[in-house]
Amino acid sequence: MRIQNFWNGIPEQIRRLSIVLLIIVLLFIFIRPLFIPDDFGKYGHFRATAVDEIVALEKKYAGQEICFDCHDDIMELKYEGYHKNVACEICHGPGTAHAEDPEEDQLDAPTGRGYCTLCHEYLPSRPTGFPQIVSASHNPMEPCISCHDPHDPDPPEIPRECNACHAQIARTKALSHHLNISCTFCHQAPEEHKTNPREVLPSKPKSREFCGQCHSSTISDKKGIPKIDLITHEPRYVCWQCHYPHLPEAR
Amino acid sequence: MKNEKIQKIKDKRKKEKVTRRNFVRTFLFTFASLLTPPIVLAEEKIKKTRAWILGENYNPYEHHWGMGIDINKCIGCGRCADACKKENVVPDEPFFFRTWVERYRIYDGNQTVIDSPNGAINGFKDQDQENRNLTRSFFVPKICNQCENPPCVQVCPVGATFITPDGVVLVDDEYCIGCRYCIQACPYGARYLHPETKAADKCTFCYHRISQDLLPACVEVCPTQARIFGEVKKKASPLVRFLRMNKVRVLKPDLNTEPKVFYANLDMEVK
Amino acid sequence: MQEIVEHLTPLLSEITGYIYPNEIELHWGLLVVIYPYLTGLVAGAFILASLVKVFNVREVQPTYRISLLTALAFLIVAPLPLLAHLGHPDKSFEIFLTPNMSSAMAMFGFVYAWYLMAVLLLEIWFDYRQDLITWSREKQGFKKWMYRILSLFSTDTSEDALRFDRKASKIITVIGIPSAFLLHGYVGFIFGSIKANPWWSSVLMPIVFLFSAIVSGISLVLLIYMIITPLRGKELDMGCLDKIASYMFYAMIVDFSLEALDFIHRIYESEESIKILGEMVSGKLFTSLIVVQLLIGMIIPLIAITFIKLFRQTPPELRRLIYFVSAILVQVGIFSTRWNVVIGGQLFSKSFSGLTVYKMTFLGLEGLLVSIGLLVLPFLILYVLFLMLPPWMEKIKS
Repeated sequence: MRIQNFWNGIPEQIRRLSIVLLIIVLLFIFIRPLFIPDDFGKYGHFRATAVDEIVALEKKYAGQEICFDCHDDIMELKYEGYHKNVACEICHGPGTAHAEDPEEDQLDAPTGRGYCTLCHEYLPSRPTGFPQIVSASHNPMEPCISCHDPHDPDPPEIPRECNACHAQIARTKALSHHLNISCTFCHQAPEEHKTNPREVLPSKPKSREFCGQCHSSTISDKKGIPKIDLITHEPRYVCWQCHYPHLPEAR
Repeated sequence: MKNEKIQKIKDKRKKEKVTRRNFVRTFLFTFASLLTPPIVLAEEKIKKTRAWILGENYNPYEHHWGMGIDINKCIGCGRCADACKKENVVPDEPFFFRTWVERYRIYDGNQTVIDSPNGAINGFKDQDQENRNLTRSFFVPKICNQCENPPCVQVCPVGATFITPDGVVLVDDEYCIGCRYCIQACPYGARYLHPETKAADKCTFCYHRISQDLLPACVEVCPTQARIFGEVKKKASPLVRFLRMNKVRVLKPDLNTEPKVFYANLDMEVK
Repeated sequence: MQEIVEHLTPLLSEITGYIYPNEIELHWGLLVVIYPYLTGLVAGAFILASLVKVFNVREVQPTYRISLLTALAFLIVAPLPLLAHLGHPDKSFEIFLTPNMSSAMAMFGFVYAWYLMAVLLLEIWFDYRQDLITWSREKQGFKKWMYRILSLFSTDTSEDALRFDRKASKIITVIGIPSAFLLHGYVGFIFGSIKANPWWSSVLMPIVFLFSAIVSGISLVLLIYMIITPLRGKELDMGCLDKIASYMFYAMIVDFSLEALDFIHRIYESEESIKILGEMVSGKLFTSLIVVQLLIGMIIPLIAITFIKLFRQTPPELRRLIYFVSAILVQVGIFSTRWNVVIGGQLFSKSFSGLTVYKMTFLGLEGLLVSIGLLVLPFLILYVLFLMLPPWMEKIKS
């Protein structure tokens, strides 16, 4: 009775509107849970099954370790050489299918010159010391593998020139005033540097007097070379703190 | 008379005390009984969720993944970008990349040229840059930074992209509605709309591999170990050593996305 | 897939500088430009209507119902470009199932629903209720039932009930003004909260969006009033027109000031992105920003209406012409504003080193044809609304 009085006391508009509102709210409350996926929100605001679906995706690359199971001889050979950290699948492609059924799915490897140059073509942006060649002049037309075993890629001859690996520096120097100075004038490199470059490093000049051999104003000959007074010219620094020796900017 | 009045007042005060006591007691009791079930249930839930097992035996709560990239080691061969496309079946066209490599050439006068031909899937070619002098030049691999405070997760309207307990940001491509808000929100350009599923897509750190003791494809094939993958916290992992031995930077630190991809020897020109 | 590849391949040669490889596809195109344009018109039209109810600006009374119906027509169409643009419109209901509370876009679904139901529909219902009852008694057949249903079977036309209607209407309008602000300010927030994009990321973005919305909404109602009234064979109320144009003028001044402030602030602070943004504004965005948005859409209408305000003896015919042309220019200008925000924000790369292009298609769901259709559709709906709920009853409520 009281409820009925209460209800009748509300203006007619509000009565009608509140019924509409009630219907909408009830719809929302009851329809919504029907459509939400069951596992939504279990571990966070997402569908938990989605992670399982992602984990179950097919793998294409097998990983170096698996190759060892059958190809241990090659792996041991590779382990000793420069390509120790070059994964088998870089050259041989994704290997999971082959690992699961070796006969069915054979892997091949690139034999032309186009693939090795992806890493070894000379690019000025590559770090100094990384072995690079200019393929146009390095035994053109010969497949790389005819001289270099990809599993143990020792060069058949020890590089004669520094620019075999330090092409960027060599090119820069070739455009500079120092073009006729050989690398070995400033850097003494033991023979072992050519076979074990990262362990055995070439030397570098240590004092201003080294550059002073040509550039000191006390030297009377060697005309045409810019001369400075070793004592008064910026005594605080060594020469190469301002002047890049491979491209000296004297101006 | 006075005694009666005093007695009346005393009685009244006693009654008030009793009713007040009753009230406080009832209130505390109701409060406690209402709070206890949720607290107990919450504890149960936390215990249950920490026991999430994926695949064979992988509990994401026990790991936290990140990546380290050493710019001094990258040779720009592009094997990583190529392997990623193969492993994750990303469309071949030059518009969709989960990871790519950029080349920076900084010339005299601080003029920088950046390029990434087809994301470096086929490596880089040397182009003669007339007579300019190269001051610095290097390669920078780019990838989803798997941010700890991901702006992409923040803006997804439906919960289709999320961060897992092991720190990997994933996309549920069956739930994604393709609104592209996450793609707009990513400061690193790491996301794209997959042309076939019409859902957002991005690098997953090869979640299907790392949850089974393998490395992501890009790390697997990197010939110079420019990419290091491992745990960010506590455990002995290559990444922890990387973070100890190098001065590291992240991309766009001012946006406070807390990336988990750390760059060593990163140059100021890299945005 | 083929479609996308064909669409994107020619763009490769049009890139300048360096963009991240994934950025070549411009994700939010014409459809997403139309969406804030439409919601802006809604907010603006409602604000004009609220001037009558809350601020008792009697002069614009003739446009009160027109404003409300215009807002409704455009609000109905507003979600359509969004739906068309989604990768999976079939899953769009997920926003209501599992909204991510931290996402502005998810929360917008609820803001929209609130505005539509709790503000606009209620306001229209209360305003029309008496008329709906009258029409349900006068008409026959299908129309009779339509009006009965629309009035929610209400029958009370007593003085008390009518007084309640008026009071309710006023309360709803008072709630409606901040709701309208919220509706379109929210769209501004959706863009303004993206820290990754320096063209969008700004505290001012919701405010700028709001005021340009008010400008566009008022000018739209002005246009509709100026077109509909002669079509009905009635006289244009010059007092009403002058007042509407005044409000449009004041709103334009505020809008212009805000945009100028944003511009000056950006140049003064000169942050990292200033170089590439400057390149974009002086290059790819020059026509749409400087020429269309600024000159045609803002400066020329401002000068024209200032002229009218200064010279009070301008004949009504000239004033009508200037108002009409200004309103059209304003519409073009505000559309261009939306274009510059949405498309402009995606033309430059987040590497700050390059620019890309936007190629609009003609056919297809994201094409020009569909967009023109979406812009025309609200007028068709408005026509139907004018038939169903004629806004020009001779009873003027105070």
